[in-house]
Amino acid sequence: MQQNKTNTVINLEEDNGERFVNKNTDSTPTHSMNLGDIVENGGEKANLAEEKVAISVTDFNLFYGSKQALKDINMTIPEKKVTAFIGPSGCGKSTLLRSFNRMNDLIDSVNVSGEISIDGENIFDKMVNVADLRRRVGMVFQKPNPFPKSIYENVAYGLRIQGVNDRRTIDAVVEKSLKGAALWDEVKDRLDDLAMGLSGGQQQRLVIARAIAIEPEIILLDEPASALDPISTLKVEELIYELKNNFTIVIVTHNMQQAARVSDYTAYMYLGELVEFNDTSTLFTNPEEKMTEDYITGRYG
Amino acid sequence: MNTKITKWFSSGRPYVWLNAGAVTISIVMVTGLVLLIAARGLAHFWPADVAVFDYYQEPNQRTASYIGEFIEAEEVPRSRVGQTGYEGESFVRHLIKTGNRDVYGLDFTWVMDVGIQNKSYPEDATIIERHEWGNLNAFIKSVTVDGQTISTGDVWSVFTDTVDRTTELHHEIKHIEKSLIGAINYKMERLRLDERKLELKDKKTPEALAELDRKRAELDEEYNGYTDELSKLYEEMNKPSFVAMLADGTDKSVQFATVVRAFRPNAMGFFDKLGFYFEKLWEFLSADPREANTEGGIFPAIFGTVLMVIIMSVMVTPFGVVAAVYLREYAKQGPFTRLVRIAVNNLAGVPSVVYGVFGLGFFVYFVGGNIDQLFFKASLPAPTFGTPGLLWASLTLAILTVPVVIVATEEGLSRVPRAIREGSLALGATKAETMWRTVLPMTAPAMITGLILAVARAAGEVAPLMLVGVVKLAPSLALDSNAPFLHLDRKFMHLGFHIYDVGFQSPNVEAARPLVYATALLLVILIIVLNLTAIRIRNTLREKYRAAEQN
Repeated sequence: MQQNKTNTVINLEEDNGERFVNKNTDSTPTHSMNLGDIVENGGEKANLAEEKVAISVTDFNLFYGSKQALKDINMTIPEKKVTAFIGPSGCGKSTLLRSFNRMNDLIDSVNVSGEISIDGENIFDKMVNVADLRRRVGMVFQKPNPFPKSIYENVAYGLRIQGVNDRRTIDAVVEKSLKGAALWDEVKDRLDDLAMGLSGGQQQRLVIARAIAIEPEIILLDEPASALDPISTLKVEELIYELKNNFTIVIVTHNMQQAARVSDYTAYMYLGELVEFNDTSTLFTNPEEKMTEDYITGRYG
Repeated sequence: MNTKITKWFSSGRPYVWLNAGAVTISIVMVTGLVLLIAARGLAHFWPADVAVFDYYQEPNQRTASYIGEFIEAEEVPRSRVGQTGYEGESFVRHLIKTGNRDVYGLDFTWVMDVGIQNKSYPEDATIIERHEWGNLNAFIKSVTVDGQTISTGDVWSVFTDTVDRTTELHHEIKHIEKSLIGAINYKMERLRLDERKLELKDKKTPEALAELDRKRAELDEEYNGYTDELSKLYEEMNKPSFVAMLADGTDKSVQFATVVRAFRPNAMGFFDKLGFYFEKLWEFLSADPREANTEGGIFPAIFGTVLMVIIMSVMVTPFGVVAAVYLREYAKQGPFTRLVRIAVNNLAGVPSVVYGVFGLGFFVYFVGGNIDQLFFKASLPAPTFGTPGLLWASLTLAILTVPVVIVATEEGLSRVPRAIREGSLALGATKAETMWRTVLPMTAPAMITGLILAVARAAGEVAPLMLVGVVKLAPSLALDSNAPFLHLDRKFMHLGFHIYDVGFQSPNVEAARPLVYATALLLVILIIVLNLTAIRIRNTLREKYRAAEQN
């Protein structure tokens, strides 16, 4: 299996992954809960070991003061796929997500050990420029947080930070990003209006447009739909599905249906530990751990 | 019964009444204060009718005749009216504005109601405002213009025409003396300093001296031209004169040059009086003070106050904001920052005169003295910045008000939601970029709130200013047409100090009193206007950021 890895990756890039469907059909799915969505896109089941690596986490520990929030996390996050973190509140999934762009640096009492590598480079290395890292690893937060500026300026913010001032370049990027975030048609006539005037769902897509405007490699989504109504949630989910063509996406969610719908891989975390990490359909239909099964079937807590 | 009261208490109604009562009392007190000073101050400019009467301090013995305006009346016991032959335990007495200080020694006099006889309001009773010696209340008997004396016919219209003409001449003279000759004097002083500089640098070459002499000769020539013109104007202005008859029939010859304005209140209709009222009000706002600040206007004081507040704002805002940003955003939060914060808050409670002493000792003597040594050596021993002035007054008030700005800005910074900062950082902005592009603009309303409080406090402050730059009468404004235009080293006038000066230091108490009220009203209005402007700006900004802060 390990020896085949490189070959398979090449195949994966050439083909569209259909073959893996056949390869893994022998695993018997347990339909103990309604996971119709998985069946919908579950046809193309993926294999983690054969993906290109975007982020690799090695023996990662994180402490808030003396309290350990993450314990010996080891995982690899595949490139241009959607990876979901699920788990009960306080299990450390957001903390892990925020470690990927070193957002935890903002908290004074945080200490880390171990390694997180992006493109083979440890992001906790002293040589790493945090601002550069965050340019490469974008993030969208739970609540939409547009700046109190116009829609246009919100999307242009990242470019302006990088010193881009050419109006035509910015115009082009703003249009492309808003289209990429499926918001262009709704706001194209009022780009100079304040972003606060948009609805919650539109604001969240604006924030996503803002994140993709600077063309990061990875986008971190921290419960991006938890503050939205069902229709806005659906739009954001569709958007995530589109975005994975160009970006590596890591999403934290409380909503298991959502994880099942949008992600290719899912990690279940509990009390700071990574309990199980597998392709989404396997994790939901045939979890290896009893703990995971309890959680996804609703027997937890 | 008891349960009824208990019920009433528990219904919460008493607290509503208590709160509403407190608010009502506050509103009544504020409006009452403003109305009082408005009524006392603004009535002063109204041209009231003047009475002509004989006064008998003792029955059957005329003391004097007066032309004057009745200001107020009061009832006093016998012991307070002095020696008198009238019967009675108490008397009503009137305060009369008699004018003619050069004759009676005072502008005002008290007369007993019982002693007033032959009171009348003749239309030709005239009040003549003069540049010196206050008002002249008299009848115009004859006017001498161009060698001709006119005593019959339309004397009044000849009189007013002549007043208009001399007023024009007076303005022309003032313009030449103040602006043109003032500029020459300023340049002469600069030349003197240039020469002194050359001397100090040991570069007093004959060429340089010749150049200075040439310039000096030019200025001298210009100056002589102006003095010739001036002497002609003075001669023309001093020629016409008139004879005025006082109430007791004595004549008095007066030059037109001394007259500011003349009017006959008894002959004026309501709308004439209204027009005159606004003319006087405008004079009060726009003219220079006369007669030890008891007549004329207070323009230099308004100008000085506003200019000082603006310079103070320009200095205090950046300083306070930078300090607050460091305290809130960069300094490690701990016992030391807490201590600094407590110290800052306490600074706001230090009596303002202490700041004045500090300003005098530190800014004026130490900083100013050293600046003079370094940059203005040529004009020593006369100090340039080593003496109280506009700059030091503004700086002292900036220090006085900086705690307010720091506290308000810190509060504003703490209100910017974490989500907004994280959003900016997540886009690859550094902390400084986040501060500059997002957090500080969102804090602007809070900064302006701080500035409003600072301005309100600074504009009303008097005690420290007396030590660091305010004077009773400034010879020239701090802003003029001589480069570098803004003269931060000059002394200035201030409304608050003006109130103190007119109210407590004036030789003419009765004349000064209404001016104290009028100046106080103006100071209150000025502060209200400054505040309203700032509040408007703040509200516009706040509207913009409100939605973001609710996240």
